[in-house]
Amino acid sequence: MDIIFLLIPIAIILVSCAAWAFFWSVNSGQFEDLESPAHSILFEDDEHLVPDDHKDKDSKDSKAE
Amino acid sequence: MNSTVTSVTEQSAEGCYHCGLDIPPNSQFFTLIDGQQQRMCCPGCQAVAQTIVDSGLDNFYKHRATSSTDTPDIAVNTVSDAQLNELSLYDEPSLQKEFVVDKDGQREATLVIEGITCAACVWLLEHHLTKQAGVSVAKVNLTNHRARICWNPDEQKLSQLMAEIYRIGYQAHPYHPNKEEQLLEQERKRATRRLGVAGLGMMQVMMIAVALYGGAIQGIEGKHVTFMRWASMVIATPVILYAARPFFIAALRDLRTRHLSMDVPVSIAIGGAYLASIWATVTDSGEVYFDSVTMFTFFLLIGRYLEMQARHRTGRAGNAMMDLLPASAIKLVDGEESIIPAKELCVGDHVLVKPGHTIPADGVILSGNSSVDESALTGEYLPIRKETGAEIIGGTINVENPVTIEVTKIGAETQLSSIVRLLERAQEDKPKAAQLADRVASYFVAAVLLTAAGVSFGWWLVSPEDAFWITLSVLVVTCPCALSLATPTALTAATGTLRQKGMLITRGHVLENLSRATHVVFDKTGTLTEGNLTLQETCVLSDDTTENVQAIAAALEQHSEHPIARAFQPVAGNLVASDLNSVLGQGLEGIVDGVRYRIGKPGFAAELCNMEEPAPPEESGQWLLLCSEQAPQAWYRLDDQIRREAINCIKSLQAMGLQCEMLTGDSSGAVQSVARTLNIDTVISGVSPEQKLEHIQQLQSQGAQVLMVGDGINDIPVLAGAQTSIAMGTATDLAKTNADCVLISADLLRLVDAIRLSRKTRTIIRQNLSWSAGYNLLALPLAALGFVAPYMAALGMSLSSLVVVGNALRLSRLPKQ
Repeated sequence: MDIIFLLIPIAIILVSCAAWAFFWSVNSGQFEDLESPAHSILFEDDEHLVPDDHKDKDSKDSKAE
Repeated sequence: MNSTVTSVTEQSAEGCYHCGLDIPPNSQFFTLIDGQQQRMCCPGCQAVAQTIVDSGLDNFYKHRATSSTDTPDIAVNTVSDAQLNELSLYDEPSLQKEFVVDKDGQREATLVIEGITCAACVWLLEHHLTKQAGVSVAKVNLTNHRARICWNPDEQKLSQLMAEIYRIGYQAHPYHPNKEEQLLEQERKRATRRLGVAGLGMMQVMMIAVALYGGAIQGIEGKHVTFMRWASMVIATPVILYAARPFFIAALRDLRTRHLSMDVPVSIAIGGAYLASIWATVTDSGEVYFDSVTMFTFFLLIGRYLEMQARHRTGRAGNAMMDLLPASAIKLVDGEESIIPAKELCVGDHVLVKPGHTIPADGVILSGNSSVDESALTGEYLPIRKETGAEIIGGTINVENPVTIEVTKIGAETQLSSIVRLLERAQEDKPKAAQLADRVASYFVAAVLLTAAGVSFGWWLVSPEDAFWITLSVLVVTCPCALSLATPTALTAATGTLRQKGMLITRGHVLENLSRATHVVFDKTGTLTEGNLTLQETCVLSDDTTENVQAIAAALEQHSEHPIARAFQPVAGNLVASDLNSVLGQGLEGIVDGVRYRIGKPGFAAELCNMEEPAPPEESGQWLLLCSEQAPQAWYRLDDQIRREAINCIKSLQAMGLQCEMLTGDSSGAVQSVARTLNIDTVISGVSPEQKLEHIQQLQSQGAQVLMVGDGINDIPVLAGAQTSIAMGTATDLAKTNADCVLISADLLRLVDAIRLSRKTRTIIRQNLSWSAGYNLLALPLAALGFVAPYMAALGMSLSSLVVVGNALRLSRLPKQ
């Protein structure tokens, strides 16, 4: 069990890194807008990845990709 | 989110595909979107839709939420040269320095965007702006509608970017963070940092503490125990010294002002436990309480954080007054027109205000006469006539004719600014329930301190080495945690639920007052009625058909900006009027199909055919007369429609035991008919705002708890005087700032829900308080007698807090009937 003499200090160091990262994110405004990222994942322009659909095919041809 | 398929067909059946408003019968505007021709209501929407499609951004129509209760008001989307000129003002360095910073060669501007209704708007704006030349970053924040744009000043001008924003249907304004907002932001960031530190520290310390508990049960080597205690101390120290600092500061302040609040026992408990644990660690004796202390801190910080968020959110609603005054003004110097920033106006300047434009400052009309829309300030939806020499207020809209004004007051001295200042309330006012909790807390604190002193003295006599630890466990276990969390969590949960349903509470005392309300007083126009004039009835006096007579009226009214004119839009036919002349406050005159007509007030219209003013039909309401040169042609009754849900609302309120009253300045017969329809017994009509206030004050002095529902400044003295006031979502900005609560969804039934929820909140707060009181009464004697072990103390404390929070979460749903 003497290993905890090594592990706990490592844990403390890791927590300090986590705290630093948290401070950075608060200061740089990461927590400002919690609503738009939830919506923006749904807005991906990935229609060209959707497998064949007649409608998609036509619009794909007419749209400049 | 709605299924996009059904919403598309819904939209094209009802209204313009882009903005959702009604399509005028004769318009033929289409845009090809996604392979389908979609109908538009006007060239503006068509242009916007075309721009969106041309930029390849037609996904916007797939993504947007179609159930927005506010369709964008912005109709102007093609940017004219005049507008570009106005926008070019924003390229001036003097204006820019307020909201633009230079960042290694690039400029970064913060703008507030008007017209954002959902996340798709954000997507559209970001994509469209990023496509423009020279733009490196364009980010829009959905929560506060702020846009951050970085661009290269050599390749692009800010005015062009703002024009692009106009082109896709939004309006951009420079972001002026006033001191208050900056302070709020800093406060929020500080609180988040503290919360983070407390959370991280708590988790680590608990981890180690579990090991210690396990060791206590299974057996553990002394050196490991010592090491882990030191480790917990190292982790807990920043939590106490940094995250828990607000408690200590507040407690010191309290002690200095001799006013005991919740922070005192909290600080004593945290500080005492911490110091005692350090002592225990250093001398390798007794128990350590680092886990309790960090958990305590974390929970308390969460409670305060939620409270702060609620406070800030409601505060932001009041900050929306900034843009009533326009950014630019047309200054006349020796007859020469020049566009200048409105900020640079001085007293004595001559300013030209064109129709449709907002008046930039308080002034006196030098030449010209017009009608002015003061609805932003007064809620009056009928424009007010202003002749030469009349005073006009900055922030109102000039409706009919261009006028030249001489500026009398600018900036902070305008009526608008002084009203806003007067009405600014402290955002920190605590709800009475919290004040009550504070008072109880001071007794509680005194009791706890006395008990602790007694306990320590008693144990000191019996077995001194236990005295300290037992006293400490008394202090820790009688957790003020639950007591201080009891009210805020319930209030926050209830406020959040109501906000989601469309009712924004902006002052702390609202929920409590709602639960105790005895009287509900309604304003008529705009509250119980829709606030729009609609054509209710047409009485034809000549041989003509109803349709024709309506078409004639519509043709005459087509070019007027008046709200009365809007009532005739649905019945517009194919007739066109020429030679139109409007007489302010009286009516219109024009020629339709070769015949001269007048429409408007009966006296004005009857002049044309040289007859006596005929009597209107019996039905009460606002009657307009159409007259040709020969004889009166028709009567039109305009009326305001009662809100659909008003009847149910009044019925439910009365069923809940509330007395409903109607108070209105209107003295027409319409008042009685509205009262009868809604089954309201007490109706007071034809009163001035001062009389309205008197009536409310009289009620309140008799012990009634009055809830006032209204809109517009006509009501403002009353809204301020009533114990609780609710502004309709369609109210003027000033009314909304001044009211305690805003009904954003304009749905009166929400009022019923709110009162039910507030009653439930009161019950839950009582439950919470009695739980924490009961828990303390139970735990205190046990701790005093030495039966409470360290882990039990920590457990008891966190459990009681969780119970309180969990109970408060029962308020996340509206109570059923």
